[in-house]
Amino acid sequence: MSQLPVFQILLPLLAAPLSVILRRKTLVWQLATGVAWASLIIAWNLLQEVQANGPIAYHIGGWAPPFGIEYRIDILNAFVLLIVTGIAAVVFPYARRSVEAEIPAEKHHLFYAALLLCLTGLLGIVITGDAFNVFVFLEVASLSTYSLISLGKDKRSLTSAFQYLVMGTMGGTSILIGIGLMYAVTGSLNMEDLAIRMAAMEDKRTLLVAFTFFCVGISLKLAVFPLHQWLPNAYTYAPSTVTAFVAATFTKVSFYVLLRVIFTLFGADLAFLDLHFDKVLLVLGLLGVFTGSLVAIYQENIKRMLAYSSVAQIGYMIIGISFYSVNGLTGGIVHLFNHALMKGGLFMVMGCILLRLGSVQLSDMRGLGRRMPLTMAAFVVGGLSLIGVPLTVGFVSKWYLILAALENNLWPVALLMLVSSLLAVMYIWRVIEVAYFQKPDDDAPELREAPTSMLVTTWIMVGATVVFGVFTEQTAGVARQAAAFLLGVSP
Amino acid sequence: MSASLAILAAILLPLIGAALLSTQGDNPNKREGITILTTIATFLCVLTLLPEVLDGHRPGVELIELFPGISLAFRVEPLGMLFALIASGLWIVTSLYAIGYMRGHHEINQTRFFVCFAVAISAALAVAFSRNLLTLFAAYEVLSLSTYPLVTHHGTEAAKRAGRVYLGILMTTSILFLLLAIIWTYHLAGTLEFTPGGILAGHVSGTTVGVLLGLFVFGAGKAALMPFHRWLPAAMVAPTPVSALLHAVAVVKVGVFTVLKVVIYIFGLDLLTSTGMSIWLMYVAAFTIIAASVVAIYKDNLKARLAYSTISQLSYIVLGAALANTWGVIGGGMHIAMHAMGKITLFFCAGALIVVAHKTEVSTMQGLGRKMPWTFAAFGVGAMSIIGLPFVGGVWSKWYLALGAAEAHQIPLILVLLVSSLLSIVYLVPVVAQAFFKEAPAHGHDHPGDAHHGSDENDGENLERKHILCVLPPCITAVGCILLFFYSDALYTLLAPIAGG
Repeated sequence: MSQLPVFQILLPLLAAPLSVILRRKTLVWQLATGVAWASLIIAWNLLQEVQANGPIAYHIGGWAPPFGIEYRIDILNAFVLLIVTGIAAVVFPYARRSVEAEIPAEKHHLFYAALLLCLTGLLGIVITGDAFNVFVFLEVASLSTYSLISLGKDKRSLTSAFQYLVMGTMGGTSILIGIGLMYAVTGSLNMEDLAIRMAAMEDKRTLLVAFTFFCVGISLKLAVFPLHQWLPNAYTYAPSTVTAFVAATFTKVSFYVLLRVIFTLFGADLAFLDLHFDKVLLVLGLLGVFTGSLVAIYQENIKRMLAYSSVAQIGYMIIGISFYSVNGLTGGIVHLFNHALMKGGLFMVMGCILLRLGSVQLSDMRGLGRRMPLTMAAFVVGGLSLIGVPLTVGFVSKWYLILAALENNLWPVALLMLVSSLLAVMYIWRVIEVAYFQKPDDDAPELREAPTSMLVTTWIMVGATVVFGVFTEQTAGVARQAAAFLLGVSP
Repeated sequence: MSASLAILAAILLPLIGAALLSTQGDNPNKREGITILTTIATFLCVLTLLPEVLDGHRPGVELIELFPGISLAFRVEPLGMLFALIASGLWIVTSLYAIGYMRGHHEINQTRFFVCFAVAISAALAVAFSRNLLTLFAAYEVLSLSTYPLVTHHGTEAAKRAGRVYLGILMTTSILFLLLAIIWTYHLAGTLEFTPGGILAGHVSGTTVGVLLGLFVFGAGKAALMPFHRWLPAAMVAPTPVSALLHAVAVVKVGVFTVLKVVIYIFGLDLLTSTGMSIWLMYVAAFTIIAASVVAIYKDNLKARLAYSTISQLSYIVLGAALANTWGVIGGGMHIAMHAMGKITLFFCAGALIVVAHKTEVSTMQGLGRKMPWTFAAFGVGAMSIIGLPFVGGVWSKWYLALGAAEAHQIPLILVLLVSSLLSIVYLVPVVAQAFFKEAPAHGHDHPGDAHHGSDENDGENLERKHILCVLPPCITAVGCILLFFYSDALYTLLAPIAGG
């Protein structure tokens, strides 16, 4: 049996303490980058294998489930693994110059150790087939994220990390209670096994409670409206690298967990037919889309604006689930990938601007179109993708979501989603007008473009939003397979 | 050259040209050389497709599948052929004109201007050749975005505000209505291919047809159907070459072209005539024709007047589509060509007046005819075409539209066409008449003294010669207007198959 699944976790997990020992900042950065690339290669191979031979079951230490821990990889989590490692492979090379500027030199090795632990946690959540393991990895990822956010230059990063810590812990506890309840009634922790046992149970009462705890906990981590309060602060004050990496991965992984809980663990029948959870998701999703977008329009700090935009984009994914159809889920899952690219790219742009300009306030960005042309051009491309212009990834997601809305005869929802893209036009164009039409102050310093390493990686990420907007086979195609797999129908 | 290669070359050449000329910012002569070569090469590529289309072939090329069953793909049919010929042909003339205008008017950021212009033409050709609604929509949006920097070219506060109106209306209508209509169509019919006879028959009925049609025609905001017309006058802050080729030909024609394509190849003429669900559109178009003409009369700024005239003329084509019969769509298709040639002439003249005489307001142009005889002669020919007088092309498309209205038993619409002609006489003829037959004011505040006045006349003639690149293009297109009158049967032969079903 191939040992690839376990190396997916072991590599970053071992690299984290190693980087604390190595201490030298360049060396540590090289190690982290190397690990990210190796992880990407592993994830790529796993996806190929799953596509060729179906799901992989890997038993840790040879202990068979349901007693041992099982790593279980199907088309859905293979896809998410690829996304997370792909983002890491682009963001880690980007990190060096940005971290040099934002983090005190004596903490660099600790920063990279935490970043690697965060990667470990995220990959662990995705790869494991064990419910308790999900919780453990979730805490690994969360704790490292709290500390990463608190490293931000702005003093407010401390309070926002604390706020996130409180909210995140509540979410984590809620998930733990859910797992405990499930364990109490079934005596199992393996997800496959749990699903079979729970489906056979007559009395669903405890399960409904467990499901509710699960969903509230994950919604907190995922920042579903109205549980999104922690997100804008955390994203705004975290170091640029952390914002780019966490914004592109953590909410996506949480979304994946939500999919797993609904479709694999409890079954869509319980969630949607008994509980009418789809209606709840639809309403919360729409509220998230509109509050997020409307609030974004009024932000002066552009990192915060993008953070609120994330709340809106999470809303789209939630709406995708609520349609409970192949096209709807395809839209949700492909948006998971697409939003990771666009938001990762846009936050990387913000990192470039912060490095040279020392600020991400809109009023300081006057004339930035001329002062940092390549960086601002990246913002324009990423922004167009966020709006959902054809031939960008945003359009692909929108297409599936609106098609699914029309299939369900929910044309007001289709119309609302289109209106919300117009809100995106408004908040993106506000930045473009300031950057390209307003003159900088006379005493504004000459700015250089961002360092090559940051600029190239930013453009790779932003360029990917266009490439995957045209070549949809590897994204929407795989998302479609995953959606069909979750719904138990042929693609 | 194989046909599929020619299609790709026609769309890619402007992009390659744009990339090349963007490297020649310091060397204007080389840059403009590249521009001219690109325009000619692009036109030749389009031209090679004409014989095949006339033979009844529909050459095409498929690039990549975006969604299950929907690809980015191109296929050339008569209507697209006509539009591509016009857009790429007039691009050559406009590029000559743009060189004269941009240099004569000492415009800034000329490199960006030529780059965006080329991208816009590429998008317009992609619209013309698109095989399905998705390809058309993608190119449509690229066109909106690539023309935004052209509209806001001057970077002033006024330009920024105009840009907001421009992109605001075009984006809102296209995202809110057009995209919804496209996805809805896909949901109903399971395909988006432009198919002779339409794809919606049997999938929709009753008022849904009317609603869907409404989403399409208002969604194609570039057609400037009232009440979504405000972006077009706003776009007039752009340099005149942009107004001439893009906002009289490429961009606006993309809007009405979309409407025609949707009516012919998505709904199918039979579906619309049998349900009667396009009758409301005839009267919305008729209202736009009359209302925009009336507004034009009251505009003193020549470019604004021409913009409202364009709004009015575009609705002729929408009207042709709404009539949904053979004469209507042929008249509408033909009017794409006729109006393009006429209106570009008028805009060229308006721009020449800005460069040569620094005049933008109609009321200040009295007596200018003697200083700029060629410009005003060309303006006169263009005006005749817009009005629809004989020996100039515009009369034919109006004739077919009137036939279409008669066939649809909508006699009031014939009256609308007649009134509109009268109104266009009112707003166009005075421009020429007062230039030739009224005396120039004894002295403008910037030309004091009679003696100076005399020498100024000579200067004027010299000026027209000095700015030859601004004055020659309108004369070329004016000749084009006349040729279109005598060769309109060629257009008819090309367009006849589109209504065949």
